[in-house]
Amino acid sequence: MSKDYEYMLKAYAESGGAPEVFKDSRVAHLVVHKNKVYGSHTVKGLVLEPRETETGVDISLLVEKGQKIEYPVHLCFGVLPDQGVQEIRIRAKIEDGAGVSLLAHCIFPNAVNVVHRMEAEIEIGNNAFYEYNEVHYHGTTGGVEVVPKAKVKVGDKSYFRTNFSLIKGRVGVFDLDYEADVGESSVLEMTARIFGYGDDRIKIREVGRLSGKGSRGLLKSRVAVKDNAQSEIFNELVASAPEARGHVDCVEIVQGNARAKATPIVSVLNEFARVTHEAAIGRVDKKQVETLMARGLEEEKAIDLVISGMLK
Amino acid sequence: MKAMEGELLKIENLSLSLGGRQVLRELNLKVEPGAIHAILGTNAAGKTSLAYTIMGISGYTPKEGRIFFNGEEITHYPIFKRAQLGMTMAWQEPARFEGLTVEDYIKVGMKEKDPGLIKEALNFVLLEPREYLKRVVDKTLSGGERKRIELASVFAMKPLLAILDEPDSGIDVLALDHVVNLIKEMKRRGTTILLITHREEVAEIADKASLLCQGFIVKEGEAKEVGEYFKKKCLPCPVYNPEEKIEEVVEEK
Ligand SMILES: Nc1ncnc2c1ncn2[C@@H]1O[C@H](COP(=O)(O)OP(=O)(O)OP(=O)(O)O)[C@@H](O)[C@H]1O
Ligand SMILES: [Mg+2]
Repeated sequence: MSKDYEYMLKAYAESGGAPEVFKDSRVAHLVVHKNKVYGSHTVKGLVLEPRETETGVDISLLVEKGQKIEYPVHLCFGVLPDQGVQEIRIRAKIEDGAGVSLLAHCIFPNAVNVVHRMEAEIEIGNNAFYEYNEVHYHGTTGGVEVVPKAKVKVGDKSYFRTNFSLIKGRVGVFDLDYEADVGESSVLEMTARIFGYGDDRIKIREVGRLSGKGSRGLLKSRVAVKDNAQSEIFNELVASAPEARGHVDCVEIVQGNARAKATPIVSVLNEFARVTHEAAIGRVDKKQVETLMARGLEEEKAIDLVISGMLK
Repeated sequence: MKAMEGELLKIENLSLSLGGRQVLRELNLKVEPGAIHAILGTNAAGKTSLAYTIMGISGYTPKEGRIFFNGEEITHYPIFKRAQLGMTMAWQEPARFEGLTVEDYIKVGMKEKDPGLIKEALNFVLLEPREYLKRVVDKTLSGGERKRIELASVFAMKPLLAILDEPDSGIDVLALDHVVNLIKEMKRRGTTILLITHREEVAEIADKASLLCQGFIVKEGEAKEVGEYFKKKCLPCPVYNPEEKIEEVVEEK
């Protein structure tokens, strides 16, 4: 095992991953450092093909018809030096009746000037599911720019879910842009949990088009910012089919000089559709904090507990 | 300044205004250690405001008067300091928390995080620990479940003084007996209880009671006697909270 790979695994463990899985033959995985593939393994029903490029890796992922991948596919993307660019392109196709869950760790622990771009195109067939859990660790200096983009097409009677989490260490500059089209009786769920401080900049844009009859969508954001951090969230749900239902749920907690903005856009283009939204932006809820203080917690600890619960 | 020997909680001449309205008026109260002391009063009498003022909730700073706890003046102490001295409160409408489990919520106030005591507390309020410990204290709990968890968390904290703001509201008949038992057990274990309620049958378990009307304490004494008075005079009170009536009521006291 090369020294770099060892460092990668160490950083992976520090960001909450369990490196033992890379030895488990039942679990598919892919480990990418900058533009080098350090490790790759696949399982029956899953085609996982990484191709190194000049600035990153192009990945083709296919889950074959009717195949439900038993264990989550573990992905690890990282840049260990303090400088570097990494561009990841993913083409994913989940065929009819197939399903897969992925757990990705993106780690830039020493970043001073690191750029990570991710561009995903995901096509989900009918009666299929795709779940993408993404955990980021960017170190404590804030020298990272992370730009994830995804375009997703969800067929009928299918499920698409993302969970994004960046709650330890600095954010740096973060600019997420996800769009999904949702077919008949299918479900879209996108959740992001981010904690920003220092002069972090957080921008989230999520768009869900509920274009299939009886489709469902939930866009959920939980962001806490303090110091001089800023956060901006655009959540948009468009329901254009009968019985489509959607909900946008955004909570941003602001402390110190931090700034937060939320723009929920909900549009309904069919008289039998319905979309709701709720957004709460501002200081941490007074009653929650005082409840914990009445059990003996000092104010700061009470605030921390409320925020860490929200980001869990 | 030390309070007189004998009371755990002593309130002297307390007045509170909220949004230009006087909500508590020259209120005096003494709570004996080891007692269950009921505060009876109809809606809007000022019961919750009194509880908040004792606990030190922001916005409930008295314009006059002093509060002593266990011999120490606490009138201007922050909430957590009062709690660290051994008082706590179960809210009439407890807050909800995202991502905080019942177990973690109960643990917050406990000095020793004894898992046996957490389970015991939940059993007391008829919530099966196996089912509830990992539930989240968020919107998915029913109102009654949330209130019972609130009581369990106060029980597990083993405070010197527990202010219970209408522990009986939103609790069904079956669970009510258990809530009453929990309060009695807290007393048996050495907690003094300020029991806020507008149900005189709940106030019956108290040793002493004070009757609050329009921010005044208009009657004090044995719980049974005050309860009878409340039932006869307050519940049928025809003119709800008329300003001119207050003088009359206070006169009667
Ligand atoms: N923040 C506030 N600003 C203005 N008025 C308030 C405020 N809080 C309470 N009040 C008023 O003070 C009075 C007492 O309210 P409080 O909540 O203490 O009554 P309560 O006895 O607990 O009633 P209930 O039985 O309905 O719980 C009410 O008339 C209420 O409208
Ligand atoms: Mg009240």
